Amino acid sequence: MSTIVMPKRQKRFTGKKVSLTISAWILGFLFFAPYLQMLLTALKPKEEITAIPPTYFPKHWAFNNFVGVWKEIPLATFIKSSFIISLSATLIVIFIAVPAAYYVARNNFRGRKVFLFLVLVTQMFAPTALVIGIFREIAKLHLVNTYLALILIYAAFNMAFSIWILSSFFSSIPQEVEEAAWIDGCSRLSTLVRIVLPLSLPGLATAFIFTFIAAWNEFVIALTLTSSPEHEPLTVGLTALIGFYQVQWQYLFAGSLIAIAPVVVLFALIEKWLVGGLTAGSVK
Amino acid sequence: MPKMHARKSRLGALPWIFPALFMIFAFVLWPAFEMIRTSFQEVSTSGITQGWAGIQNYQTLFANPDLPNVLIRTFIWVAGIVFFTIVISLPVAQLLNAKYPGRKLVRWAVIIPWAASVVMSSTIWKWILDPYYGVLNKILMDLHLLKEPVDFLANVKQSFAWLMIVAVFVSIPFTSFVILAGLSTIPDDIMEASRVDGATSWKGYRNITFPLIKPALLVAMAINLINIFNAFPIIWVITAGGPGYETDTTTTLGYKISFRDQDIGQSASMASINLVIILIFIGIFLKVSKSQEDK
Repeated sequence: MSTIVMPKRQKRFTGKKVSLTISAWILGFLFFAPYLQMLLTALKPKEEITAIPPTYFPKHWAFNNFVGVWKEIPLATFIKSSFIISLSATLIVIFIAVPAAYYVARNNFRGRKVFLFLVLVTQMFAPTALVIGIFREIAKLHLVNTYLALILIYAAFNMAFSIWILSSFFSSIPQEVEEAAWIDGCSRLSTLVRIVLPLSLPGLATAFIFTFIAAWNEFVIALTLTSSPEHEPLTVGLTALIGFYQVQWQYLFAGSLIAIAPVVVLFALIEKWLVGGLTAGSVK
Repeated sequence: MPKMHARKSRLGALPWIFPALFMIFAFVLWPAFEMIRTSFQEVSTSGITQGWAGIQNYQTLFANPDLPNVLIRTFIWVAGIVFFTIVISLPVAQLLNAKYPGRKLVRWAVIIPWAASVVMSSTIWKWILDPYYGVLNKILMDLHLLKEPVDFLANVKQSFAWLMIVAVFVSIPFTSFVILAGLSTIPDDIMEASRVDGATSWKGYRNITFPLIKPALLVAMAINLINIFNAFPIIWVITAGGPGYETDTTTTLGYKISFRDQDIGQSASMASINLVIILIFIGIFLKVSKSQEDK
């Protein structure tokens, strides 16, 4: 009997699977398509950009747009600024979030709830909502048009994610592991550094990459607080190409892809842990 | 004795959490305070405080004939985008969770708009929608859905609809990954049991899957609500809120008043009202998470 049923079941199974696979691939393509269009535009020579009717693919593949863009705008300077700002903000976040997350994960102290509430508030207040207050404060501190201003603001607003993700990693490590180290005479700090952190590497990597990308992609605060090309990060520097009489779309998108590609790869690496850090605050 | 112990441990907490507290107070709460204070001050166009203005800034803001429309539009913006994002993300998450060849690639593709800077995603959409050189016209004409190119951003209603579509596009990845995280916590045997019971897939989804992902869904909704309300680059890049104020939300309007019209006091009052709206959202958010905790 089973010999009669089996082929039928298998056939239905594959039919369903084929339609599932096709719809999933179409879905994936839809989300990828705008960035494919970005790439195809970045590879067109200038004349083809404004051809009517437009073409899907470049007739002459202008790979040298990816070379030309470095001369057309100070791309290297923008990348340098973005990198310094994002990396500094990320390091500050890690140095601040690790001890806070560790203490919150291990101790039930008075004021713990208030502290966690404050952290949640920083996650909810997007810098965009406070941009005028931030501008006034930074002006008072004489930090307008400096890296430091962006570094401090990005660090403050992105701390919450790291605290959530790290404290959930820290709590998953059994306390006994640490107690053994204390008996051996380790202080709390050295236990944290030598025992707990190595066991939480995926959490640390996720916190690091997420903060870096958030800072790398930020736009509104950077637009408001920077005013010279030497201090502008990529997001602001590139959009300066729009709004001129002539938009150099091919360079704009070549530059954008140079900014996006590494970030997407990093993001895909931490995909597994991302959601936990973004939603943990509401569950705790 | 226990009280003493508690007090001691609170002081013991300080070295560990003080740097975090400092950052929160210095760069989140201070700007919030500074902004609300500015909303009651008279500030010159060069940014110098001239003194207290009472509720003058708020009066000027409410006298703006565009404000009622901007408020209504902000409501449509937030409600519409959150609604469509959730409705589309539910099946998207199912697809990301199902098993088929190339699933990893599909997941990576869906991640791109989430990882990429929203400014750059908005820029490519502006280019795709371009009436002369944009690829969307070309696709629609090749499919014989259009006879001649149209200007998608020609009238206000249409261009606002496109802004919302772009916002939904960039919001779906995060939302569907949150739902996916909820889906992957459902043990296989629960799904298996429902199939053995003869539940059709839709019935099984509604009665078994949906209640189990509801907590994840509510959190995704709350986070989206705040993100969409604060969304700035999409509007800024594609229409800049124009023509006039006709595609502005309260967020972009506040920005325009301060950094284009140079009226910082009035803009601070707009932003302070936005802050109150966000606080209401946070209240809802906390209530949602509390009800989840109780379960």
